[in-house]
Amino acid sequence: MTPTPSPSGLSAPLPLPDAAPLAVRIQGLSHWYGHGSTRRQVLQGVDLSLQAGEVVLLTGPSGCGKTTLLTLVGALRQVIAGSVQVLGQELAGSSRRQRQQLRRSIGMIFQGHNLLRCLSAEQNVQMGADLLPQLSYRARRDRARQWLRAVGLAEQLDQLPHDLSGGQKQRVAIARALAAEPRLLLADEPTAALDSRTGREIVDLLRGLARGQGCAVLMVTHDPRILDIADRVLRMEDGQLVESAAERRV
Amino acid sequence: MRHPWQGRRIPLAWLLLTRQPARLAVALAGIAFAGILMFMQLGFRDGLFDASVTIHKQFDADLVLISPRTMSSIGMAGFPQRRLVQAMADADVIGITPVHWNLLLWRNPQTRMTRSILTLGFEPADRLFRDPALVRSAHSLTQRGRVLFDQLSRPEFGPVASWFRQGRVVETEVAGKRLRVAGLVSLGPSFGADGNMLVSRETFLELMPGTPPGSIELGLIRLRQGADPATVISRLRQRLPADVRILTKKGFEEFEKEYWRSSTAIGFIFTLGAAMGFVVGCVIVYQILYSDVSDHLPEYATLMAMGYPLRSLLGVVGREGLLLAILGFLPAWLAGQGLYALVRAGTRLPVFMEAQRSQLVFAMILSMCMASAALAMRKLADADPAEIF
Repeated sequence: MTPTPSPSGLSAPLPLPDAAPLAVRIQGLSHWYGHGSTRRQVLQGVDLSLQAGEVVLLTGPSGCGKTTLLTLVGALRQVIAGSVQVLGQELAGSSRRQRQQLRRSIGMIFQGHNLLRCLSAEQNVQMGADLLPQLSYRARRDRARQWLRAVGLAEQLDQLPHDLSGGQKQRVAIARALAAEPRLLLADEPTAALDSRTGREIVDLLRGLARGQGCAVLMVTHDPRILDIADRVLRMEDGQLVESAAERRV
Repeated sequence: MRHPWQGRRIPLAWLLLTRQPARLAVALAGIAFAGILMFMQLGFRDGLFDASVTIHKQFDADLVLISPRTMSSIGMAGFPQRRLVQAMADADVIGITPVHWNLLLWRNPQTRMTRSILTLGFEPADRLFRDPALVRSAHSLTQRGRVLFDQLSRPEFGPVASWFRQGRVVETEVAGKRLRVAGLVSLGPSFGADGNMLVSRETFLELMPGTPPGSIELGLIRLRQGADPATVISRLRQRLPADVRILTKKGFEEFEKEYWRSSTAIGFIFTLGAAMGFVVGCVIVYQILYSDVSDHLPEYATLMAMGYPLRSLLGVVGREGLLLAILGFLPAWLAGQGLYALVRAGTRLPVFMEAQRSQLVFAMILSMCMASAALAMRKLADADPAEIF
């Protein structure tokens, strides 16, 4: 019997199998873009840890390196200097294949939702569920439906992204990210394209569902109205993390 | 435990194609066009070669004798009929038929225009063709100046068949002599001759008074059942002088086809035409798949960010190519059937949808689509998941 997702957010966070209880552990991470004289440093000695199930927001001016940090944690880029451990796996010196495998355990939500245009809402979410091994097609489809119901789109299963509103598309993207049962969720300004009320709904939903899965969340945002959902708010400036006054525990 | 259906996935390639019906229609039209081009060119090529032996196929013979100077059916040289009679001495030979063969000028009884017609002269009592219907009509040739006209001849020879069936007396002029149509046969035009007619040897010699006595253009030899043609040929080669060439019936057909293959540009022209269809198809499919990959690059990058390996995405493009090949082949095959029927009606060339040619064209469409898919896959390397945040 496979565990069904519990979108209600009532169940306790799943314990991590590793000895290290951290979802993310970054030490002395530096990163550069370009080569030679055009080489430009975007991250300078970043240290950061995320507990399992913790929701952390990352703010800061544009170009300060937030997105770069996100792509490095998301195993989308090769680590150049420093150490990044995600879900117990060291990413410095990792192979392309190791990163691809690790990405299956990381959910990603993008500013522009990035749904597959040719797939219905249900099929888009199932593309996430399809990453789970050892599940029948029917089980994966049922899972996709459950997640869409959890994000409040039970009526829009068969609609193409084209026919959905911006908020609905972002809900589908959340369902898709969570359907793969990630233990870490990365989100890059998920509310940027939404009005304030919808944005609020989306982040509340995101936090509730992530909590229910025991999934850590690292979210980049410029939106000051949603900072209160975070367990911690970090501020980044010129490639360095600075202590934030808004840091607090929920 | 693992069930087969656990591997089932969303048919992404299928959905990518079918959810963009306009693009799919363009792609299929392009592939079908290329396929039709290949079907037509290869069909013409094979049809022309086959058509060159329309008559050859129908002879009632196991071996044939021709002159070594004969190059093809449009230039049959004579050889001494004695050789055919000598062949009769072989124990395995049970029957022979001497045949006169020439192209003569037939005057269209309606328009009075002349046209070259293949004329075969034989003894009406001899067996010439396998078709038993001919045996019945052959005896009407015993009367001098009578001719059996091939009703499958091209219409340029005049409405001979329809006039004859209406009961009219159809008379015309061949090689300056008056002839009367005594009956109709069904042979079919060949590459070298647009029409055919059969006459008795006596009539033939009247039409061709210059024929040297005792000279024929073709000798048919029938063998005892169970006799090995190859052994008989080698025995006859020893017995007969070098002024005849001995061929099996199949070899006679090949001899004719080889003439058209090697001494004309037909094979080259039509093979080149088919190759052009292939190239045009490649360009179309590549354009379609390349723009498809380009348009969906952010989506492919998203899938990679989600943890899908690159090879599963290459598989999507490959399956798109495969689906296009299958979906494009079907209309090409159907249109090919229709066009072949048109060609048969219009030119009387024996062009049919042969399984071998269908397989060849499908293989070409498939390699066209897969090669294009492989080229379009290189574009996938541009899908960088780090760029989509």
